[in-house]
Order: sequence, then structure tokens, then C-alpha cells
Amino acid sequence: MAVCVAVIAKENYPLYIRSVPTENELKFHYMVHTSLDVVDEKISAMGKALVDQRELYLGLLYPTEDYKVYGYVTNSKVKFVMVVDSSNTALRDNEIRSMFRKLHNSYTDVMCNPFYNPGDRIQSRAFDSMVTSMMIQVC
Amino acid sequence: MEGLTLSDAEQKYYSDLFSYCDIESTKKVAANGRVLELFRAAQLPSDVVLQIMELCGATRLGYFGRSQFYIALKLVAVAQSGFPLRVESINTVKDLPLPRFVASKNEQESRHAASYSSDSENQGSYSGVIPPPPGRGQVKKGSVSHDTVQSRTSTDQQEPASPVVSPQQSPPTSPHTWRKHNRHPSGGNGERPLAGPGPFWSPFGDAQSGSAAGDAMWSGHSPPPPQENWVSFADTPPTSTLLTMHPASVQDQTTVRTVASATTANEIRRQSSSYDDPWKITDEQRQYYVNQFKTIQPDLNGFIPGSAAKEFFTKSKLPILELSHIWELSDFDKDGALTLDEFCAAFHLVVARKNGYDLPEKLPESLMPKLIDLEDSADVGDQTGEVGYSGSPAEAPPSKSPSMPSLNQTWPEMNQSSEQWETFSERSSSSQTLTQFDSNIAPADPDTAIVHPVPIRMTPSKIHMQEMELKRTGSDHTNPTSPLLVKTSDLSEENKINSSVKFASGNTVADGYSSSDSFTSDPEQIGNNVTRQRSHSGTSPDNTAPPPPPPRPQPSHSRSSSLDMNRTFTVTTDLYIHTGQQQAGVVAHPPAVPPRPQPSQAPGPTVHRPVDADGMITHTSTSPQQIPEQPNFADFSQFEVFAASNVNEEQDDEAEKHPEVLPVEKASDPASSLRVAKTDSKIEEKTAASAPANVGKGTTPLAPPPKPVRRRLKSEDELRPEVDEHTQKTGVLAGVLASQPSIPRSVGKDKKAIQASIRRNKETNTVLARLNSELQQQLKDVLEERISLEVQLEQLRPFSHL
Repeated sequence: MAVCVAVIAKENYPLYIRSVPTENELKFHYMVHTSLDVVDEKISAMGKALVDQRELYLGLLYPTEDYKVYGYVTNSKVKFVMVVDSSNTALRDNEIRSMFRKLHNSYTDVMCNPFYNPGDRIQSRAFDSMVTSMMIQVC
Repeated sequence: MEGLTLSDAEQKYYSDLFSYCDIESTKKVAANGRVLELFRAAQLPSDVVLQIMELCGATRLGYFGRSQFYIALKLVAVAQSGFPLRVESINTVKDLPLPRFVASKNEQESRHAASYSSDSENQGSYSGVIPPPPGRGQVKKGSVSHDTVQSRTSTDQQEPASPVVSPQQSPPTSPHTWRKHNRHPSGGNGERPLAGPGPFWSPFGDAQSGSAAGDAMWSGHSPPPPQENWVSFADTPPTSTLLTMHPASVQDQTTVRTVASATTANEIRRQSSSYDDPWKITDEQRQYYVNQFKTIQPDLNGFIPGSAAKEFFTKSKLPILELSHIWELSDFDKDGALTLDEFCAAFHLVVARKNGYDLPEKLPESLMPKLIDLEDSADVGDQTGEVGYSGSPAEAPPSKSPSMPSLNQTWPEMNQSSEQWETFSERSSSSQTLTQFDSNIAPADPDTAIVHPVPIRMTPSKIHMQEMELKRTGSDHTNPTSPLLVKTSDLSEENKINSSVKFASGNTVADGYSSSDSFTSDPEQIGNNVTRQRSHSGTSPDNTAPPPPPPRPQPSHSRSSSLDMNRTFTVTTDLYIHTGQQQAGVVAHPPAVPPRPQPSQAPGPTVHRPVDADGMITHTSTSPQQIPEQPNFADFSQFEVFAASNVNEEQDDEAEKHPEVLPVEKASDPASSLRVAKTDSKIEEKTAASAPANVGKGTTPLAPPPKPVRRRLKSEDELRPEVDEHTQKTGVLAGVLASQPSIPRSVGKDKKAIQASIRRNKETNTVLARLNSELQQQLKDVLEERISLEVQLEQLRPFSHL
């Protein structure tokens, strides 16, 4: 279960960021922000390889003592970043992948909505509910 | 909030009211219409109501939780009893009567609030029609009844006290649901045209901006509709009136007002059937929606693209966020376009919203488009609101599965190697299946497509061989199988099985010069016709042990039969030596291009060969042990041709054997052997005892016509040095072959052989691709571990660079 989920646009501004309500949510925001560098590094590492060959799931971006940050980037350079609690050892890579896949699906649903302007913040309730289902139920 | 003690009756009453107001079962009631209506129905002055709300904390919280609601109700009771409103009065005042809510309540105290005040919007429209209370403001019962509880403060204006003029007209718009709910309990009292108490209606009357207009309209329409309304009302909950949100969408029958007038009552009075489902669409509404749909998209089975829908619904002047939500709810298959049903659902939701109803979190059942399995283009079918829609023409035929839960967000995941789209594929919008691509792609013209097809020179021997092949093919030939045979032969070769794979390959080769192709692709298998075939598919791993070609049925001719299948050139040259003809320089395994089953060569004979290979082997005329060889004999005929051209006439037989003999070229061997066999067969006469050079070269399929054989010889010669370079050989051979005139017969066979080889190649490809993906996955995992280990290491290391 994620502690924080963020969707970052191609230009590296957040389209959606949501954390488990804790006392200091800012630190999650900061972690997401710093992870963008890692994401960029990973994308550029692919370098000459075609975008198609690059895998969307980036895997563990970097771990900290308390949290682990996973990344996923779409072909349109929209990035999904997920912060997971390190103590949650039961969380496997496959689960993370499936969570990202769900995120991606919901994101495309949002995109398909003609009333959504790309670049706007994501306010879709369906997306929200999907993210909620993925987040740790704190309360 | 201090503790609130309620008596049992109060408890029950309050909980009923709460459930009534708790439309969405969220356990908290927003300051929505129902609550307000309820309060209004309490016939308290609005300031008192506000005060109550403040006291109970709803204003603070922004919504009515259960406790707040109860407290509010208690305060209402307090106020109604004339006590001053104080927080403490909640518990201090004893023996309070239950709060009274007029209108609906009257009839049924226990029932939920009477305040069906619909939106202010609705009110306006209604008021006009209802004769009595107009004075009151517009009592719109009708509207109220249906409408959402949206609290329209505007409605507060109306004195709750005004007798409810339940508009005779069917309540405006909005899903009947509310109305139904409310109505039912109250026995439709609200509806009672003007009858009853419905004071609350009045408040609602005004709010609507369009009220005036509404009135006018209503009055205009009143005669007919009211009657029907009345009837219906009396009987059933008033139907929701359709809110026409779009300008100029007034319908004659239904008093649909353009949405332009913001608050215009969307009332299309209509009697709804007595469904309790508030979200059901009535027939009239449906008809209206369908008409609107037609204006955008004449084809009822077609889609409305997202952009058009966006424009259309933007006219309703709802906030974009809400429209976005409505879209999310109604676009069931998430395809960015609206079918008729989806459009109706969306329209209905807009209407409802306009009327003040809150948007549900998920699509109500009645609005769910039904899956039309086959009727539509796999689009969602009608809504379940059949009741409402029976008449609707647009309704998709009822197939439907009740609500497509499957559709909704269950796009089947596409399995694609690339992850990019695998998620998207989960949506299966269309029932259409993905096109299946035929794996058996027709091979291109052998002359052009296959690289290798070695044109078989039509030498007399070759011709003969071809004929033999043909004969053979006749019996057991199967082009399709030939590749298999070839393949097997390859395997066998690899396994050193001297099956007369060649024959198979020979056949295939004959079919399509596939052998040459295979060779090119598979360096190892130069010698093997069979392998050639396979090599194309690049199944080098598979080629390791070409399965021995199936025992050949009766060899059509001694030689050929024996030649057959000796893909594995393991058979030593001895055999060849022994066997007169089969002297084919089997020895020269490596070099000798495995007698490729020449496509051009009579596939028949070669086919036979492979088939017979095993059998042949046994029954080679010469040495039984030379099993491989024996079959080779059969092929040898081909080889002969080969040999003839390649001076490996004997090799034909041997060629087949050669392939076997040529362990080096395992893969190729069979092929070559086959080829050789083929050639042998052809060249039987020639019995060019030349070493199975041909065999080695067997890459070139023994074309039936001698010419190709010749070429093959040449190619073989050329290839000899390149034994291991199957690819080259095949390439050369191919070139050679290609250069040669293709023989029609062989062409056909080539095609098949090519097809077969293509198929095989594809299979190998998939296998390899799978392997690759798995390995990549492992690699990723390992990399991840490495990262974490590195991190740990750094952490342990004294901060050097942190």
C-alpha cells in the first residue's frame, strides 16, 4: 500500500499528488520532487534505445531508511511516483507493478474524458477512489 | 455537541428521517435539498432554521452527520414547540413532540420529509400550473417531488406554510427517484394535486429563475399534462420531468424548457411509472434524449465523439468539473465516445444535476448501458431502465447483460511484450475479437522471397529427380509436412540421427527451396536440407537434434527411398562408397551442402525420402546400417541430380547420408542430406560417386531440374569451404537458386516449404522472445537488488560523499 502517490506531467509539474494524511506531508512532496531526478536519469540512461524498448516500470528509484520510492513513466513522459513504506516488506515488485498499471489505466481514463484539459490537475473522482484504494488506510 | 438523548420514538423517527435524507448513504447528509426541504417543511421561519443548523453544528462541519441531524431535528421539535432554541434545550426540554414536517409529513408523520422541494428550478415551472398556491410562491410540488434535495436556498423563500401545491404537473425533471421515494411514503400526497398540505412546495416555487416562464409554460401546458399527471401522480410517483437543458429543446408534449434559462425547470412533467428507481428514464425523457442524440449523430447506432459531446453538454452550463464527472459515469466503456445509451445516461445525469440532484458516485443501475453483445458494435446496450424505455427505438435490443460490470473498467489486459499497452488492453470495449493473424503467411514467391531457393538447374538428372520427387510427393508429400520433416531431420541430425531427414527437407526444399533459406539462417545446418529449413527459422537450438525423419514409406524407388532421411550425414561415406551410387562423397560432410531438399525437386520424391528416411534407412539397398544413407538413397536420387551437377551424384544418396555424415553441420546435414538425397535420386543415374560434397552443400535444394542441381553443385562447391557458414551458404545458394530459372513445380513447393519454414521460424521467435523477456525480468530484479545493496553499502560506509 502506498503512502504517497503522485502523477507528474511531462514538464515535471504535478498533476496529482496525494499522501496519506500524516503530520508532515511535505516530506512526501519533497521526496517525490527529488525522485524526479532519478526518473530522468533512468529515462536518459536508455539513451539510444528506442522508447519502445524502454520499459515503463522503472522500479525502485531510491530507498531511504523509511521509505522506498518507485517510479513508472509512460510513453508520453508522464511519470507516476509512488512512495511506499519500507516496513512493508510484504510488498512485492509485482504488486507494485500492478499498482502502477492500475494507475496508468485510471490515468488514461481521465485523459479520455473530453472535459479534461491535459495539464490540469486531475480531479476525477474515479481516479481519486482508485488511488484511495491503493493507499494505506491510515484512519 | 452535547449528548443527545432520544426517546425510542424519537430515535426511530429521526433515523427514518436521516435515512431519507441520506440519499447516497454516505452517512452524512450534506446541506442538500432534502434536509432543507425537511426543515422547511417544519414550517419554521427560515432564520430559525438557520439557527438550528448552526446550533447543531452542521454549518461548522459543512454537512449533517447523523448526530448533527438528530440534534437538528430535536431542535426543530423544540422550535415547533415554541421553546427557545438553545443547545441545552435539546435535552432539557422533555416530552417534546416529534418534530412536525408539513406536507408530506402530514400524512405520514413517520415518513420522511415532505420537502420534496425540488430545485428551485423546478419550482418555478411548477408553480405556474398549480392553481391554488401560486400565491404562495410557487408551490411546486411536482418539481419538488422529484428533485434532488439540493438545497436551494432560494427555495427557502417560499413560505413553507403555503399549501403545497403539488403541481399537478408531474414533478419536474430529475429522476423520479426522489420523487418516488418521497412520494411513496407520503402516498403521493405531495402529488395530490394541490391537495394537500404540501406547503413546502411553495418555497420551491420561486427559486427558479425561470419560474415565471415556467409558470407560463406550465399554464400553457397545464391542461393536458396535469391531467395525466394527476392521474399518474395519484397512482404513481410523478415521473421526473425532463430537464431540457439545451436551448430550443422544448418539446411540445413535455414542457421542456431550454436550459438556457438557468433555472428553468426542467420539468417535463411526466408520469413515471412507479419505479422506485430515481434514476430511471421515462419514455418521454428517453425520446427526448434520442432526439437530441440524432441532432448530433443521425445514426442511432453510432457514436458521439467526445468533442461533440463536450460542446453539447457544455451548453447546459454545468461546471466543467461536474460535467467531467458525468462523463466519467456515463462513458461506460471508456472509449471517449458516447453511444446512444451512454448519451442518454449522461443527459439524464445532467438533467438531474440541473434539478439539483447530486451526482452519484457511480452510475446507477438503471442508467447503465446494457451490453449488447452482438447487436451493436459491441457497445454498451441500453440502460437497464427498461421499464422506462420500452418504447425507445434507440434501445438496443435487450440482450443485455445486466450491467456490464465486466465492461466497466475491465479491459482485458493485452498481453504484449511491451508493457506500454498492456494495461490499456484491459479494456475490452468491443466484443470484437482481435484479429487473428494468420501465422501461416503465404510464402512469397519462392523466386523472390526465399533467399535461398536455389534454382535447380534442369539437368536431365535433375529432371529425373524431380519427377521422382513428384512421384514421391504424390504419395506422402505434404508440403506442410515437409518443413516439419525437415525440421525433424534437422533435429535428427543434430542428434546424429541419420534419419533421412533429408527427404523431408528435400521435400520441403523441393517445395520451396526452403532449404537454402534454412541454411542461410542456420549456419550449422548447411548440410541439412532439413536443417536448412529450420535454420531459417533460426531455431538453431532446435536444430541440435533434428528428429529423424519419419520413416519413409515405400521408397518410390530404391534409391530415393534409401536416400531418404539420411539427414544425418553421419552415415559415413562408406556407405556411399559401398553403395555404388551412394558413393556420394558423403565424406565431405562439412563441405557438402547437405542435400537440401530442393524445393524445385520433385517434392514428391524428396518427401518420400524424408518420410522414408528411417524406413529407408533400413532398407537401403546397400547397407542397412547406413540407415541414414539408405534413405539417402532415396534422396540420393536427388542428390544425384545434385551430384550430377555437383559431381556428387552418388552423393545424392550419400548426400543424404552426408548430411548425416556431416555431423559438423549437424543442422545442415539433414538438410543437405535431404538435399543430397534429392539430388541423388535425381542423379541416380549419374551416381557421380563424388564425395558427398553435394551433401555438404546440400543447402541448395535439389531442384528437380537438373539445372539447379548444377547450380547447387556450384554453390556447394562454393559453400564447401564455408561449411559452417550456413548462412552464407544458404545465401549463396539462394542466390544461385534464385538466379536459376525457377521451375513452376518447384515454385509451388517452394512456397509451401517457405511457409513452413516461416512458421517454424515464427515459433522459434516466440519462444526466444519469451525467453528474452524472462531473462530481462530477471535482469531487472537483479539490478534492483544491486541497487539496494549498493545503497546499503553506502550507508555503511562512512559518509564520503553524502
